[in-house]
Amino acid sequence: MNYEVSIDGKNYRLELNRVDTGWQCRVDGREVEIDAVLARRDVLSILIGSKAFEIKRERTATDMHLWVGSVRYAVELRDPRSLRTRASADDGKGPRKLVAPMPGKVVRLLVNEGAEVEAGQGVVVVEAMKMQNEIKSPKQGIVRKLVATAGANVNAGDVLAVVE
Amino acid sequence: MFKKILIANRGEIAVRVIRACREMGIRSVAVYSDVDRAALHVRKADEAYPVGPAAAAESYLNIEKIIAVAKRSGADAIHPGYGFLSENSRFAHACAEAGIKFIGPTAAAMEMMGSKTRARQNMEKAGIPFVPGTSRGVETPEEAKKVAEKIGYPVMLKAAAGGGGKGMRLVHKPEELAAALESAQSEAQRAFGDGEIYIEKAILNPRHIEMQILADEQGNTVYLGERECSIQRRHQKVLEEAPSPIVDPDMRKRMGEIAVRVAQAAGYTNAGTIEFLVDAQKNFYFLEMNTRLQVEHPVTELTTGFDLVHLQIRIAAGEKLPFQQNDISLRGHAIECRIYAEDPDNNYFPSPGKITLLLLPSGPGIRRDSGMYEGWTVPIDYDPLLAKLIGYGTDRAQATARLVRALHEYFVGGIKTNISLFRKILNDPDFVAGRLDTGYLDRLLAKPPESVAGDAGAAEVAAIAAGVFAVLDPATPRTDANGTAVENTSTWKRTGREEALR
Repeated sequence: MNYEVSIDGKNYRLELNRVDTGWQCRVDGREVEIDAVLARRDVLSILIGSKAFEIKRERTATDMHLWVGSVRYAVELRDPRSLRTRASADDGKGPRKLVAPMPGKVVRLLVNEGAEVEAGQGVVVVEAMKMQNEIKSPKQGIVRKLVATAGANVNAGDVLAVVE
Repeated sequence: MFKKILIANRGEIAVRVIRACREMGIRSVAVYSDVDRAALHVRKADEAYPVGPAAAAESYLNIEKIIAVAKRSGADAIHPGYGFLSENSRFAHACAEAGIKFIGPTAAAMEMMGSKTRARQNMEKAGIPFVPGTSRGVETPEEAKKVAEKIGYPVMLKAAAGGGGKGMRLVHKPEELAAALESAQSEAQRAFGDGEIYIEKAILNPRHIEMQILADEQGNTVYLGERECSIQRRHQKVLEEAPSPIVDPDMRKRMGEIAVRVAQAAGYTNAGTIEFLVDAQKNFYFLEMNTRLQVEHPVTELTTGFDLVHLQIRIAAGEKLPFQQNDISLRGHAIECRIYAEDPDNNYFPSPGKITLLLLPSGPGIRRDSGMYEGWTVPIDYDPLLAKLIGYGTDRAQATARLVRALHEYFVGGIKTNISLFRKILNDPDFVAGRLDTGYLDRLLAKPPESVAGDAGAAEVAAIAAGVFAVLDPATPRTDANGTAVENTSTWKRTGREEALR
């Protein structure tokens, strides 16, 4: 099985196969001796050589992170055999979605549909636990769609607006 | 002794009180709002009753509903926890009228300490040292100017009814005074329905140290040592410890005796806390009294060996304090971290949501008071405090080391927490040296983040783990055409993949 893995933006080519004695693993072509046990869902015990690591996996609607000890890494995993290999990667062009980073309630819309916004400009205000948070535009452009409505409850990952 | 206690609260403190009830053989009654049906305190209680919608004003703060549930359940006492109705004298009155014991001070003592100017007047009479200033509200800018000149700039304007920094203004120069007074008055009026403002000498970057007291209803009052609470953000405490690194036995005795005098002057009963500001020369000034159990009470429990909630209940039931001042001795050091659902990467903004993975620390010297569990969804409606992690050791260094170790074991997945902040604090040289004041945390957070020296080794481990997860536990979220996540846990697909790997 071959994967392309990106860790905090850096790419690794990973070859991983199960063999009778355990695992066969190559990182960027280099052989690495590993052993792995899934301790429970989302928790992995890995031995690399004889060094022990506990890895925690965290998934949200939008992304995946792995924790090695107390350090958190943003992870993207691509299986080159699969058809969709993120052809639509971010190049700054094209429409971008504003998503709610946490569940909460939309208290205010700061712009109207069709408005021009700067990168970093507040578009929607979401309140959670008595604190208000401005959700900012990821890029300069036009607010093509304003999905959020004042007073509505939103979940983490819900699309609030689309800026193009 | 009481047969049944209603806990008018939620979260970790409700669980804490329910545990004390169980230990004492008292039945516990939980109340819950619509969004708290699945909360931990409801699971742990003997009985539970709904009290209304998510909005606290319509549920946890609704005096009539709480009293009605207490009557219906046959509870003979109410523990208010902290926050919500705990310092509401109208609630204490209502309990008394309903013939239900309020576990806390009397409404009269609460009222006396509730208004800061009234408290100052009474404390002035009792000869308590407090920050120089007025004990009455100032009306006009002229009057304010006169007072400010007498005590010397900088001065602090404060709301008599205040709290949480509302109606507070720091004034450095006479020219700024009139405008600051006007805006403080209108802010206080809006926040508390009371525009009364008084003036104090500003103590810049003080320490915030508080003294725990206990008073029974027979007139015995004791102090249980101080807590250092200088590590705060937005006037909210983040980490507390006992004892304070700067308080020696002589200073403790002087502070403690003054705290006892404050409590006695107020006719105070049950558990309470006297807050002091301490300047760089270790002069201490009475600030205010908190007429309830504090969030940070566990550090005092660990260093004194007493269970404050048990004692609160015994005192409320009319029992005499089972010890005297001379019987109290402090042992070891305890530090508490308040685990909040907050996102460190987004200016510590609240981060509610579903807890998908929870790994818990344990082992020597670790206490965890928590209101969360794996699979629970943290509601968006309340304070973001999830749990308290307390480390205890023979000395401060050992308590710190145990906490650092336990924080390494603690993992809360699915939501963001401030756990990483404590690693930063506990390893900071100023913290280790005990150099703390109320400006400490803002200074620490303003420092540029140390680039976690991109450990190539650990990143490679993550890369390998990502692949292994995909094989052993393939539940990577896929996104559909609309960008929304779809669960991908087809057993057929998973089995097929595993087969393909053989």
